Amino acid sequence: MSTWKPLSGTQAVAEAMRQINPDVVVAYPITPQTPIVEFFAQYVANGIVDTETIPVESEHSAMSATVGAAAAGARAMCATASQGLALMWEVVAAVPGLRLPIVMPVVNRALSAPINIHCDHSDTMGATTIGWIQIFSENGQEVYENMLLAIRLAEHPDVLLPAMVMQDGFITGHGVENVEIFDNDKVRAFVGTRNPDRYLLDVEHPYTIGPLALPDYYFEIKRQQEEAMKHVKKIYLEIGKELSKITGKEYPYFESYKLDDADAVIVVLSSTAGTAKDTVDKMRAEGKKVGLLKPKLFRPFPYKEVRAALKDVPVIGVLDRSMAFGAYAPVYAEIKNALFELDKKPKLQSYVFGLGGKDIFKSDIEKAFNELLSGEVNSEEERYIGLRG
Amino acid sequence: MATLQEIMSKPAGLAPGHRMCAGCGIGSIVRAILAASEKPVIIANATGCLEVVTTIYPYSAWKVPWVHVTFENAAAVASGIETAYRSLRKRGKIDKDVNILAFGGDGGTYDIGFQALSGALERGHNFMYVVYDNEGYMNTGNQRSAATPYGANTTTVPAGSKSFGKPQWRKNIVEIAAAHRIPYTAQAANHNIIDLYNKAKKGFEADGPAFLAVLQPCTTNWRFDPAATMSYSKLAVETNFWPLYEVENGKVHVNYKPKNRKPIEEFLKGQGRFKHLFKAENKHIIEKMQMMIDEEWERLLKLEESGIVL
Repeated sequence: MSTWKPLSGTQAVAEAMRQINPDVVVAYPITPQTPIVEFFAQYVANGIVDTETIPVESEHSAMSATVGAAAAGARAMCATASQGLALMWEVVAAVPGLRLPIVMPVVNRALSAPINIHCDHSDTMGATTIGWIQIFSENGQEVYENMLLAIRLAEHPDVLLPAMVMQDGFITGHGVENVEIFDNDKVRAFVGTRNPDRYLLDVEHPYTIGPLALPDYYFEIKRQQEEAMKHVKKIYLEIGKELSKITGKEYPYFESYKLDDADAVIVVLSSTAGTAKDTVDKMRAEGKKVGLLKPKLFRPFPYKEVRAALKDVPVIGVLDRSMAFGAYAPVYAEIKNALFELDKKPKLQSYVFGLGGKDIFKSDIEKAFNELLSGEVNSEEERYIGLRG
Repeated sequence: MATLQEIMSKPAGLAPGHRMCAGCGIGSIVRAILAASEKPVIIANATGCLEVVTTIYPYSAWKVPWVHVTFENAAAVASGIETAYRSLRKRGKIDKDVNILAFGGDGGTYDIGFQALSGALERGHNFMYVVYDNEGYMNTGNQRSAATPYGANTTTVPAGSKSFGKPQWRKNIVEIAAAHRIPYTAQAANHNIIDLYNKAKKGFEADGPAFLAVLQPCTTNWRFDPAATMSYSKLAVETNFWPLYEVENGKVHVNYKPKNRKPIEEFLKGQGRFKHLFKAENKHIIEKMQMMIDEEWERLLKLEESGIVL
């Protein structure tokens, strides 16, 4: 039986981890993810799970110990945010090459300097090119379900890649909503246990992991990583279908909201998509045909499917919660890339909003929609929402 | 008590065919330590000489499970392996007994891996950390580390008309490890394989973390005749430059006391990294080095004699 619980986004992740009951969980406090590992530690302290935990001395060691445990054969997890992800980046970058299917919740938060602590996507947008699967979540419900999906996806024998599951820091992370937690037995049967075909603790079959590969092999190994990444899209849908049997939900690469006949569409990740849906409803009621596309699977990026979904939209605004200084903002760049193949291209506008936790309101999104509808757009110009003059 | 022949006749976890420099002694350190384990061993290796020469893909010299991730995280990786071991045993997924071992060079231990090492020792993971100490970043061509001795000429702190080389004494990594109140720490040297073997055995059998520092004279960057590796290891001990001692449950025990301590010049001469110290204007550097060595030795003897628990 499923139960509804009032949970913050970080609690929702801890609930997913309770049901996954990993062999090893590694914890370092880097707020706003800290409650994830605190809630989980309490489950351990109360005997609700029998996971072994390691309270490490740094985020670098958090990912290192997780890698050690995963290489040893365990289902191992840790969680992070912003500066923590930045510090562990060296090890994070090594994980895909080691082909260890580690799932890490990331609670998105701005990067220093200035030191900030509030939400934006600068942390994970700095880690889009190194071979992790990335899934963004709108709210507590989505992040809970994405965690379950990610475990199976990462560990699939045709994938064996690590996955980050994102939620917006503070907004989702600390905001409490009702979350439906699905039946323990059904979820546990779905997530199963990790069964690696080779691991360090299999001492009768010793193997070397993490060797030195020089120019004669390095490129070939990296090319295999890309091949694994190519499998992700198909398996993501397959595992999503299986998860649907428990949750009754669908797990597409992105959510399309009132998109089909839209005159203007906004593309935005995570919690802001909720605000944008409300705006769409309000404007639709006023007779304005606007819609939304919310990417969920961000790595690998579903270019073909996004192109098909947006091909008939006259004008698209892409809202980024991070900047790529000196280049197009990260989500905007992907949408622009996706549309290149079209003969008749939609008009495009890039907007950057919400850096360092700056609030965005329905009125801001409505203003952007009206700007798009007016056709006053410039695909070469980055515009800013909520920036003081 | 095992003989040298018995130790070296045990099946080797490290196969021949690795690509260590001619005259390098890291292989004999690894073999002696692996021979001391009664159980299968799993190794976490920091980036460094041992890692690069044993695993040039698609080859591996390791016949035991082995993992390398980065330069500074061998102790953290080992703590993950040890925790996975406890978890999978508890859950009935494995039933074998194993020993978990981490190897790092002095750069990966004294310097960049210091925090991860301290964290793993403080948390009390049941594993042994071994630093093969060649007194600098030798894999990358003789850069200064916290283990580099006073007066040594390195590429990052070279000797020159205004410099005699490294102006600091080396960090006392063994006492720092012991300060974590772990059950076993020891200092060993490459030439005394039986002493090294016995210390590794105690380390493996300790109930908690163990730390072992082993001197590894580097023919390539200390710049001496490749045939002289073991002689330099022995001279380091005979001059009291590198005393053989252990700290067992906090108590210091000096394993070898030279009857006639040799002057430090005996160790320095023939090494390219100390050649400049034999110029007349640097005589005082050697004198100061001798004074520091004698003071450290006296201090160590007093620690042993006092029976104070470190």
